[in-house]
Order: sequence, then C-alpha cells, then structure tokens
Amino acid sequence: MSVQTWTYLIVGLTFALYLYIAYRSRAGSTKEFYVSGGGVKPIHNGMATAADWMSAASFISMAGIISFAGRDGGVYLMGWTGGYVLLALLLAPYLRKFGKFTVPDFVGDRYYSQVARIVAVLCAIVVSFTYVAGQMQGVGIVFSRFLEVPLTQGVLIGTGIVFFYAVLGGMKGITYTQVAQYCVLIFAFLVPAIFLAVMMTGTPIPQLGFGGTMTDGSGEYLLDKLDNLHVDLGFAAYTSGVKPAIDVAAITMALMVGTAGLPHVIVRFYTVPNVTGARISAFWALLFIAILYTTAPAVAAFARTNLINTVDQASYAEIPDWFKKWEITGLVAFEDKNGDGLIQYYNDANTDPQFQAKAREAGWAGNELTVNRDIMVLANPEIAQLPNWVVGLVAAGGLAAALSTAAGLLLVISTAFAHDLVKRCLKPDISEKGELLCARIGAAAAVTVAAYFGINPPGFVAQVVAFAFGLAAASFFPAILMGIFQKKMNREGAVAGMLIGIIFTASYIIYFKFVVPDKNSTEHWLFGISPEGIGTIGMILNFIVAQIVMRFTPEPPTEVQEIVENIRTPRQFTAASKTTDG
Amino acid sequence: MATPENRRAHWRANLRLLATLLVIWAFVSFGCGIFLADTLDQVEFAGFKLGFWMAQQGSIYVFVGIIAYYVWRMNKLDREFDVHED
Repeated sequence: MSVQTWTYLIVGLTFALYLYIAYRSRAGSTKEFYVSGGGVKPIHNGMATAADWMSAASFISMAGIISFAGRDGGVYLMGWTGGYVLLALLLAPYLRKFGKFTVPDFVGDRYYSQVARIVAVLCAIVVSFTYVAGQMQGVGIVFSRFLEVPLTQGVLIGTGIVFFYAVLGGMKGITYTQVAQYCVLIFAFLVPAIFLAVMMTGTPIPQLGFGGTMTDGSGEYLLDKLDNLHVDLGFAAYTSGVKPAIDVAAITMALMVGTAGLPHVIVRFYTVPNVTGARISAFWALLFIAILYTTAPAVAAFARTNLINTVDQASYAEIPDWFKKWEITGLVAFEDKNGDGLIQYYNDANTDPQFQAKAREAGWAGNELTVNRDIMVLANPEIAQLPNWVVGLVAAGGLAAALSTAAGLLLVISTAFAHDLVKRCLKPDISEKGELLCARIGAAAAVTVAAYFGINPPGFVAQVVAFAFGLAAASFFPAILMGIFQKKMNREGAVAGMLIGIIFTASYIIYFKFVVPDKNSTEHWLFGISPEGIGTIGMILNFIVAQIVMRFTPEPPTEVQEIVENIRTPRQFTAASKTTDG
Repeated sequence: MATPENRRAHWRANLRLLATLLVIWAFVSFGCGIFLADTLDQVEFAGFKLGFWMAQQGSIYVFVGIIAYYVWRMNKLDREFDVHED
C-alpha cells in the first residue's frame, strides 16, 4: 500500500478511537467538566499529563531543533523535564490539597484579591492561545503533507475532532482521549527511532545506539562521525556548545519555571483523588515524558547524520522522492548557485580562512540547501527509507500530540471564562447548569479562534512562544511558589511582583523582537541574555519586589494564613490545630 | 493524633528534603549539563562525551530518580508525623 493509503488508514482509525472514547465519557456536571470528577487513577492521569504536556513542539519540532543545534539543543530537554521536577516537588501536591479548579482560583483566593484573579485569568488566556496557535500549525503541516488535503480542510477536520470531545466531554472526555493519544504518540515516536537505531548502529535501543558504533563498517562512533561531518562542512562540532553558558543557563531556567507555570498542566493535578495521588501521578507523568525525551536526542543525531549523508554532494537529478514532496511545501529549498547540478550543503557563514579557501577551491558558491527544522521528525522515516506504514504512523503520532495539547489548552480557556470570570467575578449566583453551558460556549468560541489561527497562521507565532514561557515564568511561578512557601506573603507583595515581572519581561521581548529586531544579538542584550531567557530575570525581579513590598504592607488575614497551613499537610485539619512558623 | 508540633516538624522535614533534592537537580542540569559541560567532555565513555551526555540524557534520568525518591520519602514522612490522608 502507498504512504497515503496507510496514513489515511492509521489516522482514520486513531480518530475513530478518540471519538468513541469521548462519547463514552461525557460530562454531566461542572466538576466532571473541569476536573473529571477528581477520580482519575494516578497512572492514567500520568499518561494524560504526559500527552497534555508533550505538544506538537515536543513531537514534531524538538528533535529537529536539536538536530541543528547539537549540544545547545539540550536546553529544551533539560528545560522541559527539569521544569517538571519543580512542578512535581514545589507545586502539584499543594495545589491538589488546595482543591479548587484553576490557577486563577488559587491566586485569587490566596491573595484575597479580584485584581490578582483577573491578572491571572488574562495571563492564562494569553499563554493558552499562544500555545494553541502552535498546535494548529502542527496539525496543518501534517494534514497538508501526508494526507495532501488543503491546509484549510486539514485544520477544520482537526478542530472538528477537538471540538467534539472538548465541548461534550470536558475534562472527563479529554482525560481518557489523552490516555489513548499518549499511547499512539509514544508508539509512533519509538518505532522509527528503533528502526533507525538498528539500521545505523545495530542496537534496538535508541538511547544506547546514540553512543554506539556505525554499522557501515568503519567502526567509528556515531557521534564522532557526526562531529567530523559537521567540521568538514564548516559547522561547529555537533557535541560542542556554541552559545555562551550564561545564556544557555538563562534559557533553560526560563523554560523550567515557565513550563512549571503552564496552567493546562497544573490543572491536571486536580483530577486525581488526593495528595498522594498527585505525587504519584507526577512521577508516572515524568517517566512517560522521559521515554520520549531521551529518545529525541538520539533521533536528532540519527536524522542529522542521515540528512548530511543523503544530500551532501548529491546530484539533484537523482534526488529521492521525499525531497521533491517536501520542496512542494516550501519547507525544503534548493538553489543551484554554482550550476554544477550537485547539492552543496555547508556553513557559508564560517569565517575561518582555511575553510573559506577550501570552499573556493572546491568551487562552492554558497550554501545551496535550506531545510526547515520542523520537518526532520516527519521526513525522517522517508529519508531512511522505512516501510510506508511507519510514515503513516508518524503522521498519526504528530496529530495525537497536537490534538491532546490543544484540547487541554481549550479547556483552560473555557474554564477561565466560565469559572474564573463569569462565576467568580461577574455573576456569582449562576446555576450549575448555567455555568456548564458557559463553559461549553467558552470552549466552542476558543476552538473557533484556534481554527482561525490555524488557517491564517500569524507570522509571529515563533516570536510569541518566548512570550508564553517568559510570562508564565515571570508571573505565575513566583506567585504560586510564595503563596505556598511563604505564609506572610500578602496581596500587595504578590500583585506588585507579578506586575513588575510581566512588564519587565514583556517590554524586553517586545523591544528586541519587534522594535529593534536588528539589534537582537549578544552585544546588546542585558548580561548577554537573549529574549528567550529573559523570563529568568523577570522571575528574580518578581521575587525581589514582592519581598520588599511585603515588608511595608499589612499581613495577610488570619483565614488566609490558615489556608496556607492547611495546604502544607496532606490530611485535612480543622482551624483549631494550626502551627506558628512559616 | 497529629499535634501542631507534629505538623511543624513534618513541614521542616519536607523543606529539608526539598532543599536536598533541588541541590541535586541544579547540580546535574546547570552544573554538569551547562557550566561544567566543557570540562566533563574530556571524559569519554560508551561513545559519549560526558558533558554532552549529561545535557541530553543523564540529567533526565536523574530527574526521574528525584521524583521517584520524593514520592517514596514523602509518603513515609506523612505517616511518621501522622499527617497522612485517611
């Protein structure tokens, strides 16, 4: 069967599965809609969290980015998994004990302030929409390339599916479809990785094959071979870092605290029955995430080696079929600058005189090939000539990753609207039924906006992703952390901290990304930290300002201090038995 | 019966555990994976340079270990100080 038939078959089967599960688990109450009734088993919640967390960026883009960035790509691996440690240790168990539905709920109640609640609602909505736009783009790429349907139709089919199970099923429907989606996406990621590991290094475990020796008879280590290929083509060695360590550290930190503050992931911990359940499900989730995250760098190295071996000095007339297909999408482009009919792929920005002399001598007239990083995972099975069904499977996996995350985000948006805004701010006496209706309308509206962004992708998506993480890092994370670990932190301190954090981070990013994009380079940056990493400084400012303001303003009321006491221990205690430190 | 002293002691034990685990967390990621990576790259094992391996593999394995230990230890602490869920 052809690639396209296989893709239709596998994607069709998985979609039918999601719809069936969604139909079986419809939500009847707001509690089921928001947090799935709070009765999900930790291991299932772990899988659902993993699928929620791993977006189209993790599945489709991350290995590709690492493939081109080498060791520096480790910021995503350490940032996203390391942030998960912060979430599991510092936030999840306490927020579960707190026992409300959303992050703005916690911020609003803990800081006894409607202003803080509304700031949190707005941040949650901005962060979530930024993310949804990225997911929809991923859906669009998969549909247009593998099913060869127009982008618009692809996005409409994708949003239709999400609409069906997010609006009907709420968190309950989403949780069980996410369990299925995790299984699909991890299988789809591992199968080609195992094939590649066996083909290139003769071991079925990608994590080991990554450090193994090549099967091409040279007996060379894969990574040494890749370093040599890189140096020959004028790139920095694959296993060495290029960016300054301080910037790498700042970006990693911003990704860590940003990811720990993402509302759609935090809310997953409300769906387990108790605090112990929240802790255990955090463990399962990171284990499930780690399976993909330790495989991704191996895939990156395999893909990079394969790509260079396939295209370097290859004759364009005899180029394989996959190359031509990706050329149609514009994500691969070849321009024969020196007219020799061969592809020269090298780093023409290398200023080393020896390398430049070598390039001149060989008659190279500049790099002739551009490859979009996002296609590496999707094109990988074809580049390595794996069976057709594997290609179809990867398409289904990419869709599972994008849809599961999109659904989680849409739920946050609809909850923020119905629960945090309508019920807690505008109309506190709304009935259960009315609130559920509001949540469904919110989800439907959010899906519509997401579909619009998917069809007309704003050119600034890549830029605003830095925003999403920066904002989450500079606002939510410190506010929640101090809310739990510092009993005396008060409304004034937290609000001042969040405002300074957000204003500083947002102005820095806007300044370098939109106002003076030509000055966006190391020598102009504050402490040499790029806009991607500036959330770290925003977070530090937030902490400092909050500590200072707190000293000069009244203590939080006794009831609030009791709430803090209460979330620190798993068992429910009455107000009489409180402790005094903190 | 959990007295206020128990709860206070439980919280202190919790903070000590968190501090230890976060030091390890920072050491493997920011230490081994970033600031010490070039130095560690002098060591090679099983086809990897150590700094590179820590940045792309090792730190993640340690993270999983950190959470596993945390879950086990916290559940034990809850019972020791009699603040576990019924």
